[in-house]
Amino acid sequence: MKNQFYRSDLIPDIDMPAEFVHWENRMDVEKAANDSSSGPFIPRRQFLKLSGLAGGGLVLAFSLGRGPKAAASPDKQASGEYFAPNAFIQIAKDGAIVIAAKNPEVGQGVKTFLPMIIAEELEVPWESVTVKQSEIDLERFGRQSAGGSQSTPRNWDLLRQTGAVARTMLVTAAAQTWGVSESQCKADQGYVVNRSTGKRLAYAELASAAAALPIPEKDSVKLKDRSEYKLLGKFIPGVDNRALVTGQPLFGIDQKLPGMLYAVYVKCPNFGGVAKQANLDVIRKRPGVVDAFIIEGNGNELELMSGVAIVAKSTHQAFQAEKALRVIWDKSNASDNSWEAYKAEALSIGPKAGQISDEMGDAEAALAQADQTVESFYTYPFLSHANLEPQNCTAWFHDGKMEIWAPSQTPQNVARMINSALDIDPSDVVIHQLRIGGGFGRRLMNDFVVEVCAIAKEIEAPVKLTWTREADMAHDFYRPGGFHHLKGALSQGRWTGLLDHFVSFTPEGGDGKRPVRGGNLSPDLFQFPEIPNLRLDQTFLPSRVPTGFWRAPRSCAVAWVFQSFANEMAVAAGRDHLEFLLEQFGEPRWLEEGERRALHTGRAIDVVELAAKKGDWGNPMSQGQGRGLAFYFSHLGYFAQVAEVTVDASNRVKIDRVVVAADVGLLLNKSGGENQVEGSVVDGISTLAGQEITFEDGEVLETNFDDYPLSRMASTPKIEMHWLTTDWSPTGLGEPAFPPVAGAVCNAIFDATGHRIRTMPISKEGFHI
Amino acid sequence: MATIQLKVNQEGRELRDIDPATPLLWALRDHLGLVGTKYGCGKGLCGACTVHINGAAIRSCSMPVSSVAGQSVTTIEGLAPDRQNLHPLQEAWMEHDVPQCGYCQAGQIMNAAALLQSTPSPSDEEIDNAMSGNLCRCGTYTRIRAAIHTAAGKGGAS
Ligand code: FES
Ligand code: FES
Repeated sequence: MKNQFYRSDLIPDIDMPAEFVHWENRMDVEKAANDSSSGPFIPRRQFLKLSGLAGGGLVLAFSLGRGPKAAASPDKQASGEYFAPNAFIQIAKDGAIVIAAKNPEVGQGVKTFLPMIIAEELEVPWESVTVKQSEIDLERFGRQSAGGSQSTPRNWDLLRQTGAVARTMLVTAAAQTWGVSESQCKADQGYVVNRSTGKRLAYAELASAAAALPIPEKDSVKLKDRSEYKLLGKFIPGVDNRALVTGQPLFGIDQKLPGMLYAVYVKCPNFGGVAKQANLDVIRKRPGVVDAFIIEGNGNELELMSGVAIVAKSTHQAFQAEKALRVIWDKSNASDNSWEAYKAEALSIGPKAGQISDEMGDAEAALAQADQTVESFYTYPFLSHANLEPQNCTAWFHDGKMEIWAPSQTPQNVARMINSALDIDPSDVVIHQLRIGGGFGRRLMNDFVVEVCAIAKEIEAPVKLTWTREADMAHDFYRPGGFHHLKGALSQGRWTGLLDHFVSFTPEGGDGKRPVRGGNLSPDLFQFPEIPNLRLDQTFLPSRVPTGFWRAPRSCAVAWVFQSFANEMAVAAGRDHLEFLLEQFGEPRWLEEGERRALHTGRAIDVVELAAKKGDWGNPMSQGQGRGLAFYFSHLGYFAQVAEVTVDASNRVKIDRVVVAADVGLLLNKSGGENQVEGSVVDGISTLAGQEITFEDGEVLETNFDDYPLSRMASTPKIEMHWLTTDWSPTGLGEPAFPPVAGAVCNAIFDATGHRIRTMPISKEGFHI
Repeated sequence: MATIQLKVNQEGRELRDIDPATPLLWALRDHLGLVGTKYGCGKGLCGACTVHINGAAIRSCSMPVSSVAGQSVTTIEGLAPDRQNLHPLQEAWMEHDVPQCGYCQAGQIMNAAALLQSTPSPSDEEIDNAMSGNLCRCGTYTRIRAAIHTAAGKGGAS
C-alpha cells in the first residue's frame, strides 16, 4: 500500500525543473495527476534528422517537437517551456568526431560527461572526440540548463540512444559495403569489423554511406550492456582543462568585444528600494565615465530591479565612480527585515503548534504515551552562493538584436525575461553560453543578464557588467534560513513519534500561505519511514529577502536537522546510532514502486552499512575524538557519511576524515564524480564552520570573504569515497553528497564532547575549525 | 592619467592613458587583454588574481599598476616556458583533473609555482601554509595538494 505520508506526488518531479518547484506546485501537481488531459512531461514528437556535411560526412541530430508547456509550474518567470533533451554528433570524412555539449558548464563536469555517454554508445575512442559547446537552440538541443543535478537523469536514455543510432547506421553501412548481414559486423572503437574476415572499415570511410541510410527508430536500437562499457566509469579529465590551466578566455567575465565598455549597476542595499535621484552629473564627470543613468526596472526581483547604471571605459573606472555615487532611495516598499528579530520570534512560537501541513498517525498521542521525549530547537542561517566568479554578463544591442554572452545556468529562460523586462522580441535575442565560475544555483537566476541588457539598450557599444564582490553578497538569492522545533517520542527504546514545527518565510505582501523559494518542507525530507506517528507544522514569517535555490535546495539545510535529531533520539534511547538509524528504514523496500524520487530503504541501508564499515564504526577512539554518522537521499542519490573529528580544549574542531558511501547507480566519470563529492564535503565544512548571511533593517551585513569565510586547504579532511555499483540509472553528483556532511560532523562533535550543536554555523556555539 | 611601462610575460608593454591607481589586475585584464588572471574579491582575500612580480607571488587586485612600473610581471598566460611545453604544475593540474569550475585555478597555479621556486619539495604542511590564501569555492583542495606533489617530483621549480 502506498504510504500516505511519504507520497511522491509532493516531491518535485524529475521532469520538472526541480530548482523552480514552488509551494503552489503541491496543488498543481495534484491537479495534474488527476487531469489526464495535461499528459506526461514528455515531448510529443521526437525524430532524428540527418544531413550531409560539407565535403561528405554524417551529421546526426535530434529534431524536437514542442513539448507541452510546464502546466504544473505556476511561476512563469522561472519555469518556462521545456523540451526533451537531445544531442548532436558529427563524423567528418577525415575521421574527426565532434560531439556537442548542450548544457552550461558550471564546474559540475557536464561538458565532459554528457558527450562521454554519446561516445560510449557510438563506440569511439575518447581521444578522437572533440567536444564543442553548443549554441542555445531549444529546437535543436531541447532543455538547456544546469540545475537540480538534472542533467544526468534527463539525458541518460536519450544520449545513449543518440550514440547507438549513429553506431547502428555505421554498422549497416559497413554490412552493405561488404554484402554481409549486420550480425556479421561489429563496431569497435571507431571501426566496423567484419567478424568472419576480420576486415575493418573506419567510421570516416563509412560516414557518407551512413548518411544516405534511413534513420532507425531510436527505441529500436540496441544499447550496450554496462559490462561492455569502455569509457563510462573511467577517470576522464575535463575537456577544457588545457585552456583553464593556461588562462584562456572561457568564462563570462573574460569576454571582450571591440569597443566594449564596462558597467556597474548599483541597487538599493535594502531589497526592493527604488532609485529616485542620484548625483549623476558628478558621476558623469568622473574619469573614464561615459554615462550614468537611473533604470526604473519592472519591480520583478528575478528580472530587473531599480538601480543606477554607470558605464565607463574600464572596470576600474566604473568601480571608482561607484564609490562617489550618492543615491536617494525610495524605501517605502523596501525590506526592513532583521535576522535577529526573526530568530527571537521563531524561538517564541516554535514550542507552540503551527499550521498542520502533513500528518500520519497521531504524533501528539505518541508523545503523550512515550516513555521518554526529546525536545530541541534547531536554527540554520541564510547563505550566499558566493560563486568565485562574481555575477557578470556582456551584451550588445545592435541591428535591432540583443546579443548576449552569458554565464547562466538557465540560458533558455533569458529571451523570455528580456522580453518581459525590456520589451524586446524573443526572436531578437541571441545568447551565447559561456563557462561559469561556479553555479551552486545562483545562476539559475538571470537578474544580472537582464541588467546588462537594460544598460546595453541605452548604449551604442557592447557593455560588460561586472558586479563587485560586495554587490554580489548584498544581492543574492539566498538559501533561506529556517527554524525547527522538534519533539520526539521514544517507547521501549523505539522511535514512535516525531513532531516538527518548521518556521520558515513567506513573501511579504503575499497571501502568507506559501513559503519563499527554497524554503518549503515536504514529507519526503524526513526519511524515517518506520516512525509511525509524524506531524509537520509550518509557520511562515513575512520576508522581503530574496531567496533561491542553493546546492541541494531544502535538503542542504534540513538533512542536518533531522540527522542530528536522530542522533539525539539514539542517545536518549541509550542505543548505538548505527543500529538505531538502520531501524528507521525497516525492511528493504521501495516506498513507491517504480518511482525514483521515492526513498528505497534497501539502497539507504546498503550505503549506511558501507559507510559504517569503511568508517570503522564502533572502533574505540581516544579522548577528544569522536565519530558521527549521517545519511541522506536527495536528487536521486543515496549518500551516507562517517566523519571523524578531534576537538581540543579550546573547542577547535579538526575534521580528520570523512568517509563517503554512495549509490548513484553508475558513476559516469570517476574523475568528475569524485571531484563533486570532494567539493561537496569541503562546501559542507565551509557552511558549518562559519558562513552566515545576516541582515539588519533590510541590509545584508556580510560584504566579502573576510566576514563570509570559505574553507581553506588546511581544514580539508582526508576524504574517502566508496561507490556501490548497482544497476540503477545514474544521477547527477552536483548536489546529493552535500546534505549529510553537517550531520555527520556535528554528530561526531557530540561524540567527542557531549555538546549538541543546534545552531549553524558552529561558531555560534563557540566551536571553530 | 599616465603612461606606464611594464614587462609582461617577457614582453615589453606600454600602458597609455591609464589611471596610475588602476590595480594591476584590471590593467592586465582590461588594458592588455590578459584575462587569465581573475577577479574574486578585490581585497586580497581570495588569491584568484595571483601573478608574479619578479618571480614572487602577489595579489594583483591590491597592487596599483604604477607601483610595478618597469618590473617583470608573469601571468598564467606566460607561465609555460613555450607553446609546446607547459609548466610541470599545469601538466600535473591536467593529470589530476584539478578544476571544477576552474575559476580559481590560475591563481592557485601561480601561487604554487612561487612555492616550488622557494621550496622545491614541499611537505603537506608547507603546501597548506603557502596555499592558505587561495580560496577555491568548488573545494578542489585535495587535488591541488596532490598536483603540487606530482609537479614537485617532476622538477616543478624549473
Ligand atoms: S581578487 Fe585579488 S585576492 Fe581576491
Ligand atoms: S575550481 Fe571553482 S573556485 Fe576553484
